Amino acid sequence: MAWLGPEEWQAVALSLRVAGWAVLCSLPLGIFTAHALARWEFPGKQIVNGLVHLPLVLPPVVTGYLLLLTFGVNAPVGGFLKDQGIVFAFRWSGAALAAAVMAFPLMVRAIRLSIEAVDPNLEQAAATLGASRLWVFGTVTLPLILPGILAGAILAFAKAMGEFGATITFVSNIPGQTQTLPSAIYAFLQVPGGESAAIRLVVVSVIVAMAALVASEILAKRIAKRVAGG
Amino acid sequence: MSLSVRLNHRFDGLELDVAFEAPPGVTVLFGQSGSGKTTVINAVAGLLRPQSGRVSVDGRTLFDTETHSWLPPHKRRLGYVFQEARLFPHLTVRQNLSYGRWFAPRDGQGTGEDFDKIVDLLGLGLLLDRRPALLSGGEKQRVAIGRAVLARPQLILADEPLAALDGPRKSEILSYFERLRDDLALPILYVSHSATEVARLATTVIALDGGKVVRQGPPTQVFSDPSFAPAGVRSVGAVLEARVACHHDDGLSELDAGGVPLFLPHVNRPLGTPLRVRIAAQDVMVSLNTPTGMSALNVLPGTVGAVRTGDGPGAIVSIDTAAGRVLARVTRRSVAALNLSPGVACHAIVKTVAIAPEDVSGPSNARTSHNKPLKIRQN
Repeated sequence: MAWLGPEEWQAVALSLRVAGWAVLCSLPLGIFTAHALARWEFPGKQIVNGLVHLPLVLPPVVTGYLLLLTFGVNAPVGGFLKDQGIVFAFRWSGAALAAAVMAFPLMVRAIRLSIEAVDPNLEQAAATLGASRLWVFGTVTLPLILPGILAGAILAFAKAMGEFGATITFVSNIPGQTQTLPSAIYAFLQVPGGESAAIRLVVVSVIVAMAALVASEILAKRIAKRVAGG
Repeated sequence: MSLSVRLNHRFDGLELDVAFEAPPGVTVLFGQSGSGKTTVINAVAGLLRPQSGRVSVDGRTLFDTETHSWLPPHKRRLGYVFQEARLFPHLTVRQNLSYGRWFAPRDGQGTGEDFDKIVDLLGLGLLLDRRPALLSGGEKQRVAIGRAVLARPQLILADEPLAALDGPRKSEILSYFERLRDDLALPILYVSHSATEVARLATTVIALDGGKVVRQGPPTQVFSDPSFAPAGVRSVGAVLEARVACHHDDGLSELDAGGVPLFLPHVNRPLGTPLRVRIAAQDVMVSLNTPTGMSALNVLPGTVGAVRTGDGPGAIVSIDTAAGRVLARVTRRSVAALNLSPGVACHAIVKTVAIAPEDVSGPSNARTSHNKPLKIRQN
C-alpha cells in the first residue's frame, strides 16, 4: 500500500489490530451470554439483557466516559488492574476494550438468534445419549450455530473498525497509540490539506468492510451447507 | 431388567398417578393421547421432573423425590427413540450412530463388533456416509434406533416411534423393534396408542386412562376384556396365540389355535412357529347355529362370556373358545335378537381376509447372518 503515508498506514494497522483483538477476546463471552439469554432461565435475566444492549442505545460518548470512570488509572477497577500491570486508559488495549463493548450487543444478538433457531429437541436427544450439558453444547449446539457465530463476529468486527465516539472519549486520539481509522479520518479533516489523506482512509474503510462482508457470506454458505447436509 | 415406576404429577388439568413394575421384555404404555403416557416415559428419561415419585431400573434409582436424588438424563443410560428421529443434521449417519457410544462407559471389548452387528441388523450399511437430510422417514427412524441401541443403554425408551411414518414404513420399523426384543434381548419401554403395535410387541401392557393405570398384564389377557377400550372401539380386539400348522397351495396358512384351525392369508413362517394373531372385534360375526353355505373360513365354537353395552348402538360380546377368548363387536339389536347372554353357546366367525398381515406377529425373522442371539453387554 505504497499510496498510504506512514501515519495513515499506522492508523489502518492499529484499527485492524484493535478490531481483531476486540472480537477475538469478546467472542467466548459473547457466545456464553447469547447461550444464557437464549436457553437459560435465571433471576435477573432481563437486567443482563438490558446491560448487554445498553451500548447500542447509549450515546457512544457516554459509554466511553463510563469506561473512563471505571477503567481509568485512578478509578476503582482501573486502579486494581494497574496494580496487576494491566492498563487500558490511553492505550491501544483500551481502544480494543471500547470497541469490544460497543460491538458486543451486535455480536450477542446475531449469535442468540442462531441459538434460538437450533431445535432444543436435538439437544435433549444428545442428553439422553449420555452427553452432559457441556458436551451437548460442544457437539450439537456449537456446530449448528457456527454460521451465526461467524455473522456475529463479522458484524462485531465491522462495528469495532468504525467505532469512534467511545474510543476517542476513553483513550483519546494519540497517533500510533490510539488513533484508529475513524479517529485518523477525523483528525485529517481538522487540518487544512488533509482531505486527500482522509479520502484514502475512507477508501480503505470501504474495502475492509466489503472484504469482511464477502468473506463472511462465502464462509456462512459453506458452513450452512455442511451443517444442513445438503 | 426390571423397571419400577411410581409417579405423581399434576399438570394441565391431568393428575397423573401411576405405579407399575415392568418385568423383562417389551412393556407398552398404551392409551389415548392425553392419558399421560408420554409424561411417564419422559419422567423415566429425566426430561421431566415429576412432583413426586420414584423410578428405578434393576435396583438403580434414577430419581426419588423422598431422598431428593435425581440423576440427570445423560447419566441414566437409557436409549430414547423419539417420535421424530431427531438425528443430528451436521453429522453423517455413521457419526450419528457413534454419538452415544462415545459417552458410554468403555470396557474395550467388542465395541467395533457391536457397531457392525447393529448396522447389519438395522440394514444401515449403505447409508453410513450419508447425511440425515437425504434419508427417508423410515431410514431416519432406523438410524435413530441404532443410535439409541449403540449408546449401550440399560433400557430402550420409545415414544410413538411410528407415529410420523406411513403404513408400510410402520410395519417395517415395527419389525426392527421385534428384532431388538428377540435378537438383542433389550428391554424396551414403548409408548403407543395403536392396539396393533401393542399386540405385536408387548410382553406386558400397561393401559393408561386419565393418568391412571387401568389394566396391566400380558396382551392376550388385557385385550380379552370386553370392557377394555382405552383407545376407542376400533382398537378393541382379542389376541390369540397359535402355531403355524400347514401352508396350503391356495395361498392360505393354517394355524392351530388350541386345537381350532385358523385360516390366514399366507404367513411366511416355518411350521411350528408360535404366532400372535390379533382379531379386531369389528371383524367378528356371531352365529347361534353352525353356519353353512358361507364364505368365511374361520368358525370358532364357544360360549358367551360377557356382554358389554355402552351408550351407542354397539355392544362387545366376549366368546370363550378353545382358541382363547375372542371379542365380537355387534349391535345391541343383534344381542337382543340372538338373546346373547353369558353361557349361551354360539360361534364366532372371522373372515380370513379380514386378518391383516400387521395383526400377525411372531418371533422376528432372524436373518441368516445372525442365527444366534446377539450379546450386547448389559450392565
